[in-house]
Amino acid sequence: MAGKEYRTITDVKGPLVFLNKTEPVAFGEIVELRLNDGSMKNGQVLDTSDDMVVVQVFEGTAGVDRTTGVKFLGDVFKLPVSKDLIGRILDGAGRPRDGGPEIIAEGNADIIGAAINPYARQSPHDFIQTGISAIDCCTTLVRGQKLPIFSASGLPHNDIALQIARQAKLTASDEEFIVVFCAMGITAEEYNFFRSDLERTGALENAVLFVNLADDPAVERLITPRLALTAAEYLAFEQDYHVLVIYTDVTNYCDALRQIGAAREEVPGRRGYPGYMYTDLAMLYERAGLVKGKKGSITQFPILTMPGDDITHPIPDLSGYITEGQIVISRELHGSGIYPPINVLPSLSRLMGGTIGEKTTREDHKCVSDQMYAAYAQGRELRGLVAIVGEDALNERDKQLLSFSGLFEDKFLRQDRYEDRSIDETLDLCWNLMSNIETKYLVRLDQQWIDKYHPNDKKE
Amino acid sequence: MSENGQIYRISGPVVTAIGLDAKMYDVVRVGDEGLMGEVIELHGEKAVIQVYEDTSGVRPGEPVINTGLTLAVQLGPGLLTQIYDGIQRPLPVMQEKMGTFITRGVDADGLDQERKWTFEPVAKKGDKVEGGQTIGTVQETETIAHKIMIPPKMSGTIKSIKGGDFTVSETVCTLDDGTEIAMMQKWPVRTPRPYMQKYAPDTPLVTGMRILDFLFPLAKGGAAGIPGPFGSGKTVTQQSLAKYSDAQIVVYIGCGERGNEMTEVLDEFPHLIDPNTGKPLMNRTVMIANTSNMPVAAREASVYTGITIAEYFRDMGYDVALMADSTSRWAEAMREISSRLEEMPGEEGYPAYLSSRLAEFYERAGRVETLEGEDGSVTVIGAVSPPGGDISEPVSQGTLRIVKVFWGLDAPLARQRHFPAINWLNSYSLYPQSLDQWFKDNIAADFPEIRTEISSLLQVEAELQEIVQLVGSDALPIDQQLTLEVARMIREYFLQQNAFHEIDAYTGVEQQYLMAKAILTFQTEAKNAIEAGGLLEDVVNVPARSDLMRARFEGDYLTRIEGLVAEMTKEIAAAAEEN
Ligand SMILES: Nc1ncnc2c1ncn2[C@@H]1O[C@H](COP(=O)(O)OP(=O)(O)OP(=O)(O)O)[C@@H](O)[C@H]1O
Ligand SMILES: [Mg+2]
Repeated sequence: MAGKEYRTITDVKGPLVFLNKTEPVAFGEIVELRLNDGSMKNGQVLDTSDDMVVVQVFEGTAGVDRTTGVKFLGDVFKLPVSKDLIGRILDGAGRPRDGGPEIIAEGNADIIGAAINPYARQSPHDFIQTGISAIDCCTTLVRGQKLPIFSASGLPHNDIALQIARQAKLTASDEEFIVVFCAMGITAEEYNFFRSDLERTGALENAVLFVNLADDPAVERLITPRLALTAAEYLAFEQDYHVLVIYTDVTNYCDALRQIGAAREEVPGRRGYPGYMYTDLAMLYERAGLVKGKKGSITQFPILTMPGDDITHPIPDLSGYITEGQIVISRELHGSGIYPPINVLPSLSRLMGGTIGEKTTREDHKCVSDQMYAAYAQGRELRGLVAIVGEDALNERDKQLLSFSGLFEDKFLRQDRYEDRSIDETLDLCWNLMSNIETKYLVRLDQQWIDKYHPNDKKE
Repeated sequence: MSENGQIYRISGPVVTAIGLDAKMYDVVRVGDEGLMGEVIELHGEKAVIQVYEDTSGVRPGEPVINTGLTLAVQLGPGLLTQIYDGIQRPLPVMQEKMGTFITRGVDADGLDQERKWTFEPVAKKGDKVEGGQTIGTVQETETIAHKIMIPPKMSGTIKSIKGGDFTVSETVCTLDDGTEIAMMQKWPVRTPRPYMQKYAPDTPLVTGMRILDFLFPLAKGGAAGIPGPFGSGKTVTQQSLAKYSDAQIVVYIGCGERGNEMTEVLDEFPHLIDPNTGKPLMNRTVMIANTSNMPVAAREASVYTGITIAEYFRDMGYDVALMADSTSRWAEAMREISSRLEEMPGEEGYPAYLSSRLAEFYERAGRVETLEGEDGSVTVIGAVSPPGGDISEPVSQGTLRIVKVFWGLDAPLARQRHFPAINWLNSYSLYPQSLDQWFKDNIAADFPEIRTEISSLLQVEAELQEIVQLVGSDALPIDQQLTLEVARMIREYFLQQNAFHEIDAYTGVEQQYLMAKAILTFQTEAKNAIEAGGLLEDVVNVPARSDLMRARFEGDYLTRIEGLVAEMTKEIAAAAEEN
């Protein structure tokens, strides 16, 4: 059946094309459109019936008219997979973008991706050291986790993502990560920043890039992350690699989703985003983890920019409901010149509790991170009070906490973009900073670790 | 009569068939691969079907076959310790058949059809039996005896009944009219199972979580809602309830949530000991996992599958607790299907029938007299995930209209790492009146008064905090500063509870009561000491109070607490004398 070309377009609306009088067309089938000038576009079937077929056109419908030829290719969207993907740069639809040859497929994988059977999953428990103190101590990243960065425009989320890509390692073994990088609607400048950094550090040879830029078709963004995750699954679960998937910017992805929803005249959910956005995002984020009987793993590090810095906006909100925590970037910290400007207070790693400790990081990690967090939270809160009542009104404990919050930002958070701190260095640094508070106020620290690690009480 | 039709249209999980002779809620097989679906709308000659599996690649013109059955679950020995998808396919069987990923077109029985169970009759030849009556038992797990009951609506006189090892489909009993009864029965998930009558709940579901049992108790047979923004502790709370509550059977539904969370339960429960029986928790647990990335139509069905299984165990006279995490994802599945049907949307795009579906679901909770005259209950605890944490949205509101217990999780508390992050100022339980008798009889006669004192201290604290925000705490009179100190003790010592701490995670009600009393003792003694001239600073900082508070993380607290309180009293008095 594939091969027959139809010229039965009746309507064109936004990125959608409506046709009638076709043979039975499969739901999800891939479509090729040939315009009068000979140029080609690609699409996918969104709705199919005896009377009418709706096709979403990835490159947009500019130039499409009723005489455009439409060919149904008889299959759903697949990515040719092979180990040769490593080191390659592909466009947002999976075609080589680096001038290299076509990928010789060892197999073709459906890009929608089937759900991992929860019974086949294995719980993630391996510590990934990022070398960034705020993350390693307070929102520990775990192999197989999906941990997004909640950022906003103009903040250095890309630097943080790259620093993680450069520095991430498993302390338990010396296995390396393969990076799968997926650009969705970011600017050429941002992309070049990523690419040249990966190139310079040699990481590019061990990476696969899928690139859809701001001036590439918006609807294509809906498949780019699926291609990236399909490649990641192949590399992780068939080739035993540990894969770190970085994708940016989820917000652009969601906007493309909204565009399709609007064109289909669907009843919109909050802020015009489709009601099924939760499910749609879950079908990306849930493609992370470890499975029984396979050596590889997929760790996801998605980046999203919160419109209007608003964490309750549907994009961060629905993401937070699916991912296993979040790292929140703060405009205020950035404004005071701190890199990385991570606000640990709303940040969370849900897999941290089950991971850190004697066997993976250090025996005192749990109580140190609790105490650092609590002292910083209290110190920050006091800043508000001091603004009203003045510092003199504070008691001794509060004065110490207040001054600690400054040290926390200046010494603990702040680090160089190329500074790679080991977990021991990070925790020792914590003890040093906490020694500025009298021990009697550090109620979350266990006495045994005070005896062992506190710089003033340390008994060698 | 043609039972077979053809696909006319496919739009995601919604497929329209023509020429299908079908009733509402008939289960059908869709397309060449025979994907499972359910008829959800009839429209002239068209039947609209929601399909429980991914529909990519399916074409118009492919066949649709009506099975003539409605969506039903298999009930019988083999449910416990099992983990199912939303339409009761066992996930371990699916893994065996399909591998790591869930592909489609594969069927699997809810109950293992090969396995033999030892059936011990309790009824005998000649007995007159009716629906719901127990005719025998199977020791399904170490702790649970599975009662084999005559299916509802059936009755007769036993012609023969035999003990021994049988599969769930083999006949164990025959009635006079020739009806053969096996251990397995089927029940349509969308129909509540019958009972004689509903009773008013009068016994608490003891959860071991101090804030819940003490301040906002839930009754066995009651319903509770836990709304909260992401990361506030809904799942941790639900899992704690699944671990420690004193239900005999637990049905845990992961409805549209994370895969790893279900894996965690699977990893943990076989090793965790039920504080009430001393045996592994898995023995009393049935799990349903239809994660966020699994088909939405099966997600819609998952809560019905779960509650039907819960009712079935209730009918045996058990106290069942069902957790649904999260009901919002169920509601979203309804919304998604409804929008594909192009139904007229109600609020925020949800179908107009959202609130009645929620009400029908929570109505299936209750304490009942079973058909056999026993006492059984289903307690339902539903998590709600309001967008942006704002509970003015339809699912939260629809839930709050029905449930009698509201455990409101709160982002600021979670951010302060105050766990469980249940806001004590806006949460409520409407059960205390009906449960107070139980607390008086089983714990202490003054239990209700102690509870009132604790909650009013928390109220007063909230009012004082507003002043403190403006002038600092040093500006308050001493007695109010003491009140703040007492309230802080309530929060840090009593309300905060670490779900991951071996000992702190569970506190029996008697100990909860003693802890609350200890706080009030501190208040009284401190007040006396200050009146006698002691300094607030000295009085509140006596080491024995920290010892009292810290010792709750140690195993023998219940036996030690009175001694620790006495020690604290002594030190406070001494602190007054120093001056
Ligand atoms: N009682 C508790 N004790 C200790 N930690 C807790 C407790 N409750 C919650 N937490 C912490 O909060 C984190 C988030 O909790 P949880 O996963 O239950 O949130 P949730 O409300 O289910 O979020 P979501 O809606 O995204 O699923 C946990 O990983 C844990 O670190
Ligand atoms: Mg949860």
